[in-house]
Amino acid sequence: MSTNTIALPELPTTRPLTLRLHEWVTTVDHKRLGILYILYALIFLALGGIEATIMRLQLIRPHNGFVSPEVFNRMFTMHGTTMIFFVAMPMVFGFANYLVPLMIGARDMAFPRLNAFSFWMSALGGLFLYFSFFGGNGLYGAGSAPDVGWFAYAPLTAKTFSVGHSTDFWTLSLLSSGIGSIGTAINIIATILCMRCPGMTFGKMPLLVWLNLVMAGLVILAVSPLSAAQIMLVVDRYLGGHFFDTQAGGSAVIWMHFFWIFGHPEVYVLVLPAFAFASEIIPVFSRKAIFGYPVMVLATVAIGFIGMSVWAHHMFTIGMSAGANTFFVLSTMAIAVPTGIKIFNWLATMWGGKIRYATPMLFCVAFLFQFLVAGLTGVTLAVAPLDWQLGNSYYVVAHFHYVIVGGILFCIFAAFYYWFPKVSGKMYEEAMGKLHFWLFFIGFHLTFDFMHIPGMLGMPRRIYTYEPGRGWDIWNLIVTIGVVFQAAGILVFAANLVWSYLRGRTAGNDPWDAWTLEWSTGSPPPEYNYAVIPTVRSRRPLWDLKHPEDPDWRYE
Amino acid sequence: MSPTNIFAPASTPAQSIFGLSIFVLWTMVAIFVVVFSLLVYAAVRFRSKHPYEASEPAQIYGSTQVELAWTVIPVLIVVALFLAATRVILAVQNAPRPPGALEVIVTGHQYWWEYRYPQLNITTANELHVPVSDPAHPRPTFLTLLSADTDHSFWVPRLGGKTDLIPNHPNQMWIDPQQTGLFLGQCAQYCGTQHAKMLLRVYVQSPEEFERWVHEQQHSAQNTSSAGERVFESTACINCHTVSGTPAKGKFGPDLTHLMSRETIAAGAAPNTPETLRLWIKNPDAIKPGSKMPAMGLSDRDLDAVTAYLDTLR
Repeated sequence: MSTNTIALPELPTTRPLTLRLHEWVTTVDHKRLGILYILYALIFLALGGIEATIMRLQLIRPHNGFVSPEVFNRMFTMHGTTMIFFVAMPMVFGFANYLVPLMIGARDMAFPRLNAFSFWMSALGGLFLYFSFFGGNGLYGAGSAPDVGWFAYAPLTAKTFSVGHSTDFWTLSLLSSGIGSIGTAINIIATILCMRCPGMTFGKMPLLVWLNLVMAGLVILAVSPLSAAQIMLVVDRYLGGHFFDTQAGGSAVIWMHFFWIFGHPEVYVLVLPAFAFASEIIPVFSRKAIFGYPVMVLATVAIGFIGMSVWAHHMFTIGMSAGANTFFVLSTMAIAVPTGIKIFNWLATMWGGKIRYATPMLFCVAFLFQFLVAGLTGVTLAVAPLDWQLGNSYYVVAHFHYVIVGGILFCIFAAFYYWFPKVSGKMYEEAMGKLHFWLFFIGFHLTFDFMHIPGMLGMPRRIYTYEPGRGWDIWNLIVTIGVVFQAAGILVFAANLVWSYLRGRTAGNDPWDAWTLEWSTGSPPPEYNYAVIPTVRSRRPLWDLKHPEDPDWRYE
Repeated sequence: MSPTNIFAPASTPAQSIFGLSIFVLWTMVAIFVVVFSLLVYAAVRFRSKHPYEASEPAQIYGSTQVELAWTVIPVLIVVALFLAATRVILAVQNAPRPPGALEVIVTGHQYWWEYRYPQLNITTANELHVPVSDPAHPRPTFLTLLSADTDHSFWVPRLGGKTDLIPNHPNQMWIDPQQTGLFLGQCAQYCGTQHAKMLLRVYVQSPEEFERWVHEQQHSAQNTSSAGERVFESTACINCHTVSGTPAKGKFGPDLTHLMSRETIAAGAAPNTPETLRLWIKNPDAIKPGSKMPAMGLSDRDLDAVTAYLDTLR
């Protein structure tokens, strides 16, 4: 160093907090918006978890008096709405925002400002929903948050039955976040269609990108009717409309169709990104290329199409004709075929590999097991006569939590651990990751395995209390005990994220010896991702670099 | 054993669903055992030693034959399950109605059930009485399901699957219970604050017992001119409740003409004793918070008198 330089006053190494906050609020960077989506989802995960815990404490024994029926009804409405619209959706969009441009070798999303707008619309939706605690009145005046259930069947949402404004806050919340979802979906599609780096044909896109493309298509098709229905509900409640007002000749059934033409594709909106994580993580930790890439793509597209034709299996008990019932039995069962193909292809990817059981892979293997069970209980519910017994019982609650927690959330945890080094530049604590896995695995199975049984013994969902002597008591007790383990797992997870971010060791660009483009840039990636736009020749560009003697493009 | 177990059917629809469920569940168990074994084998057999081996395994990109196999086999299973399901759907939904069938119109109200027997000119609430249906002389009961307000669902697991009661959308279901006794269930579609205590009780009776019950229900109430009846007929009670043969003709709440023939009150939420009845009139929220029955604000003397009057409605 030269001794002639003028001594400058020491510059602060960090900028003031207000300036940094301002940068986050005004950002249009896909990585920052991705992180915002994910942090936002984590806050709501905590809220939704608290609501679930309150319900489980109330149901720990028959005729319990922990909360009133009014509070319980608000809790299940808020829990469902929160977890679907303000945890699962933003989580999925957050990862898509962060990863899709990186994996296709792009510098940002196609429409960065639309991206920011969409995030803030979704965030507004969450604020609307929780503002209802202060601004709404429920079915009984003294109440607050919405209490009409997350699928809000007509005519319970009519002014006659839901006075006050709690239902209106629910409607505004879904309308606002729906606009955000549609904006993000358009953005993802445009990004994937227009911004792939040279050489990345459709046949060479990582599976994660394919799955998010189909997911975004489904969001546009599914969220639009939901938004339309919300507008119709507002018209009913304030402008004298009678779409769903049965007392004036409206139809309760038409709301069900509107809701489930959204509601079932929504399951695939959430599960396809989960499949996307598994399709990236299982190959890397098995040290093998994904088995049957073209079949995996075809199965994804098939799920997208068939997924749009199964919605009325949520309505087997509403008195549809035998012809309609058999149609929806067939379409629903048909979806088991492409889904099964996916499970078999992941298995075949592991087969003959050298599997490394780091935390992301543990979550993915548990996902395969749990998604298998969830799929099989799903087939039992697709058999309409079984649904006449099991529909709207705790068996259904157990089934869809098996899908959403056992399938989707386990994959989301896998994704957290897998990409945490890329996003933060720090390595997470492996021992804490494994502790999180085992606590959550045990808690999940205590809660949701045993929850199937009271359903088969006749326990309907959405009851704030139940009668003794029906053989439900012991199962409900076990289900509630499982919550303790799940909550402990979540706390370990949160501690791991915070501790590793502050104190973790530096991860390096490519800690997993992985193969997709995001691992070729810095950790965290610099602004605009790539100094030079990469060119790819195969689905695993980094494999080609690491194995010049045996590159993938010879075989694809 | 649970009185609401779906695996203990006592009526044809529940029986056919039970048979189908056994077939479906065993198929699922078989698939689970096969795939789960493969998963466990792959996860254990192909794990890497620690520290991780540097060399990469052989890269295999796919196989058309294998893909074809695990597409065709699931398709065949789906076809088999679909055919089995269709058979039961048609058998239950398109069952012919024999001429001797009993008809009941079930109307769901926020947190209670109204039953009308148009052939017998009976109206009652919350406790459904039907005759046993001997397979030699079948006498099924056909239910027409209506709703006065929000959605409800009629579900007595041992007698049949559930069917929703939706306003402006009449539905049908049928049961033919083949043994006598009490069958329990409850509303299975969220209908508002007290959805949890909208309980169902179905009394399946021998033909003689059922005839006796019908005979009792067809009688009008006697005019007692008691103090309790005067209180009942001069307060808001009669706005909602009917006692046939008296000025009480309200339709919003349960018909009380034969209240004392019922074992429970408040849609099964409490046993029908003078004590619970008095408490129910005094403060319904103590038994069923959020129910539509208002606290009547009667003096203790009037409460006793009304309770005594209701005790005469047999």
